[in-house]
Amino acid sequence: MNNGSNIIFEAKGITKRFGGVTALEDVDLQVHEGKVNVVVGENGAGKSTLMKILSGVYADYGGQLFFKGEAVHFNNPKEAMAQGIAIIHQELNLIPYLTISENIFLGREIRTPLGVLNTKQMHSKTQALLTRLNCHLSPNTLVGALKVGEQQLVEIAKALLEEAKVVIMDEPTSAISDTEVATLFNIIRALKEQDVSLLYISHKLDELFQIADRFIGLRDGKMVGTLEQAAKATKEDLIRLMVGRDLKHLFKKEAVPMGAEILRVENLNLRINKAHQASAHRLKNIHFKLRKGEVLGIFGLMGAGRTELLETLFGLHAKDMTGSISIASEQVHIRSVMDAIAHGMALVPEDRKEDGLVLQMEIAKNVSLASMGKITKNGVINAKSEMTLAKKFIETLHIRTPSERQHAKNLSGGNQQKVVLAKWLATHPKVLFLDEPTRGIDINAKNEIYHLINALAKKGLGLVVVSSELPEIMAISDRILVLANGSVSAEFNQENAHEEKIMQAATQ
Amino acid sequence: MNQIKNTLLRFQSIIALVALCIVLTLLSDKFLTPENGWNIMRQISINVCISVGMTLVILTRGIDLSVGSILAFSGAVTAGLLKYGVELPAFNVFMEFTVFGAILGGLLVGGCLGTFNGWMITRFKVPPFVATLAMLTIARGATMLWTGGFPITGLGTTFAFIGTGWFLGIPMPVWIMAVLVGLAMFVTHKMVFGRYIYAVGGNESAARLSGIDIKKIKVWVYALAGILAAVGGIMLTSRLDSAQPNAGMSYELDSIAAVVIGGTSLSGGRGSIMGTVQGALIIGVLNSGLVLLNVSPFWQQIIKGFVILIAVILDRLNHPNED
Ligand SMILES: Nc1ncnc2c1ncn2[C@@H]1O[C@H](COP(=O)(O)OP(=O)(O)OP(=O)(O)O)[C@@H](O)[C@H]1O
Ligand SMILES: [Mg+2]
Repeated sequence: MNNGSNIIFEAKGITKRFGGVTALEDVDLQVHEGKVNVVVGENGAGKSTLMKILSGVYADYGGQLFFKGEAVHFNNPKEAMAQGIAIIHQELNLIPYLTISENIFLGREIRTPLGVLNTKQMHSKTQALLTRLNCHLSPNTLVGALKVGEQQLVEIAKALLEEAKVVIMDEPTSAISDTEVATLFNIIRALKEQDVSLLYISHKLDELFQIADRFIGLRDGKMVGTLEQAAKATKEDLIRLMVGRDLKHLFKKEAVPMGAEILRVENLNLRINKAHQASAHRLKNIHFKLRKGEVLGIFGLMGAGRTELLETLFGLHAKDMTGSISIASEQVHIRSVMDAIAHGMALVPEDRKEDGLVLQMEIAKNVSLASMGKITKNGVINAKSEMTLAKKFIETLHIRTPSERQHAKNLSGGNQQKVVLAKWLATHPKVLFLDEPTRGIDINAKNEIYHLINALAKKGLGLVVVSSELPEIMAISDRILVLANGSVSAEFNQENAHEEKIMQAATQ
Repeated sequence: MNQIKNTLLRFQSIIALVALCIVLTLLSDKFLTPENGWNIMRQISINVCISVGMTLVILTRGIDLSVGSILAFSGAVTAGLLKYGVELPAFNVFMEFTVFGAILGGLLVGGCLGTFNGWMITRFKVPPFVATLAMLTIARGATMLWTGGFPITGLGTTFAFIGTGWFLGIPMPVWIMAVLVGLAMFVTHKMVFGRYIYAVGGNESAARLSGIDIKKIKVWVYALAGILAAVGGIMLTSRLDSAQPNAGMSYELDSIAAVVIGGTSLSGGRGSIMGTVQGALIIGVLNSGLVLLNVSPFWQQIIKGFVILIAVILDRLNHPNED
C-alpha cells in the first residue's frame, strides 16, 4: 500500500465534536514522506478541522497522532512547530507594519548575549530562506507593501524557519493570481525535493493535478478512501471520491432571452486620495451596459481594479468617484450603500469574514441583515418570518448546518459564503454584483452556484460577476470585460472569448 | 462532563449571585430580610439605569466615560429648573417649571450631551474613549457653573416621590429600573435597532455593506446613554432631595464593571441587558454584604476589583477564541 514511501505523520481514529456537531468521526490519515498529500472533500467535510488537529490548534479530540511512528499530542501550534509541523492558514497572519524579517522572527527573535536584537543575523537568515524559496525580495521590505502572493511566500518562509518536516496548506491558492499560483507550485516542488512532506487542501481541482502525488477523500467527517497514484486519476475520479457519485449535470450555460437595459455606467473614474500619498487613479473611464437576464463577467489580475469597480457602483467610494450610473435608463445618484440597496443593487463581497458576515451572529440573523424591512413591522422583528427566510435559503442553497441558529463562525468556509449569498438574495435585487462568488467553494456547490446564477438571470436580474478563474468566467458569462490597470482593456462575447486572448488583455 | 462545564460557564453570573447570597445569609442574619432586599434593589437602580445605556454603547464597541458627569449635570439642571425656574432678564422672561417640565429638561440635557458625544465620534472620528473623557470634564465643569459649587436642595415632596416613594408595595426607583430594563431588553432582542447595534459592534464593515447607517446607530446609542444617565441623575437628586455638584463621581466605573461582569465583550457585538442586570446585582449584593459584615471600605474596593478580574477571566474561558 505504501508504494515505497514512508509514513512520516499519521492520524488514527480521529474524532472531533463541536457541541452536537460531529466534524470528524474515526478518521485515519497518513502523510507520506516527501509527497504532496492532497485532501479533498466538500464544504464542511472536516478538512480544516482535521488540519487544525494535526497542527495543534485543537488539542482536545478523540484518537491518536503518530509522528515518525511515535505517539504525539500537541497542546498548541508551538509544540507542533517544535516537532516540525507547520500550518499555513488560509487567512494570512502577518503584521503589515513590520518588515519581512521582523515578521518571520516574530516571537522567536534572535538576541545577542546582552539581550539586544541581533538584526544582522535575523536579516541574513531571512535572506537565506527567501533565496531557498526563489524569492528576490529584500528582508527589509515592509509586509504591508507586498502583494498577497508575496505575503504568502513570507508565511511559507516563516513555516520553514523551524525546519518544518510537514507543511500543511489550507486553500493557499484561493486568494492569489495564476502567476502567483505557478510560483507557489514551484516552491512546493522544491520543498518536496528537500524531503518536506506536504498536506494540501484546495477546491481548485484542475490545479491539483499539477502537484498532487496522492489524493485523500473526506466526506461528512469520514475518511472515504484514497487515490494513491494521482497521475493516473482523472477529474471524474476525484469528484467521485469527494461527492460519492458522478456530478449529475456539470454546468452548461443556458441561453436566456435578454430584456431591457438595467444598468449603464458611463465615464466612471475613481481617484482615491489618501493622506500623504499621491492620489491614485484607480479606475479610468469605464463604460458598460448590462441588460436584464445578462451575466457580465469581469476578469482581471489582482489589483486591476475589479473589486474597486463593484465597490464604486455600490456606493462605497461616493466621494472619490465621478461619472454617471443609470438604472433602468434613469440616472441615479448613489451616495451610500443605502442608496445602492434602495435602487435594487446587491454586492456579495470578496472577503466574507471581513465584509460579509457578522461572525458571532446566528445564520438567520446574518441572512436577514440587509433586508430587515421585509420581516419587520414598526421596527419590531417578526422572529418567525426571520426563521422561515433562513430555512428557505438553507434548503435552496444547501447550507450544511444543524440549524439556522448556528453561529456563522462555526460554519465551514464554503458554507459561510453561501450565507452571504443568501443575505443578498433575500433583498430581491435587480442587479447583483458577485465578487469571487465561488472562492473556497467545493465543486458541487460551485455547480449549484452557477445554476443559481443562470436561474437568477432567467428571472430577469442583471448580474456582474468578478472572478479570477478564467474557466469559470468563460463558462458563466454572456459577455466578458477585461480590466487591466483600472481600465477596460478588452471586451469579449461568448463567440469570440478565447482563453489566451483574455489573458493577454489582462496582462497588457 | 464537557456539557456540564459549558452549562456552568454559561450561567456563571447567576451561579455566582446565588452562591454569594447563600454565603452572606450564613454569615449575617441581617442579609436575607425584606428591608435589606429592597435596600439593595434601590441602591442598584441608578447603576442599572446607567449600565443599560453603557451596555448599548459597549455592544457597538464603544465606551462612555461621561455618564457620571452627565448624571450630575442633568440632576442639577432638573433641580435648578424646579427650584428657581429660568430667568432671562434681557427678554423679560421668567419661566417656572412643574416637576414634569423640570424632569423633561434634565432628560433633554442628558440626551443633548450624549448626542454631542456621538457626533464627535462619528463625524470627527474622535475615539469614544477620548470623546467621552472630554465630556466627562466638560459636563462636570458645567455642573459646577450651574450650581455655583453648592448643592441645590429643598425640591418638594412631589419630586421626592420619584426617589423615595413606594407604589404597589415596590419602591419607585425599582419600578423605573424594571420598566427601563424591560424596554431595553425588548429593543435589543426584538427590534431592528437592537439588531443593528449587535451588527455594528460585531463587524462594522459587514454592517456598512449591508446598508446599515452606522453613524446614525452610533449617535442614537450615545444619545440614549446620555438620556439614561439623566434618568439616573434625576433619581439620585430626588432620593437625596438635593443636587450635589460632585454627584456621580466615578459612576462610570461601577457601570462598566456591571457590564463587564455581566459578560458583555468590550470588543463589541456580544452581551446582553440581562447580563448587565446580573452584574449590577452582584456588585450591589457584594456591597451590601460587605457593609453588613463590617468590612472596611478600603477592603471593599480591593474585593470589588478582584471580582471584576475573576468575572472577566471566567468570561475568557467561556469564549476562548476572541481577543
Ligand atoms: N468551532 C466550531 N463549532 C461548531 N462547529 C464547527 C466548528 N468548526 C467547524 N465546525 C463544523 O464542522 C464541520 C467541518 O468544518 P470544516 O471547517 O473542517 O470543513 P472544511 O472541510 O474545511 O470545509 P470548507 O471546504 O468549506 O472549508 C462543519 O459542519 C462545520 O460547521
Ligand atoms: Mg476549510
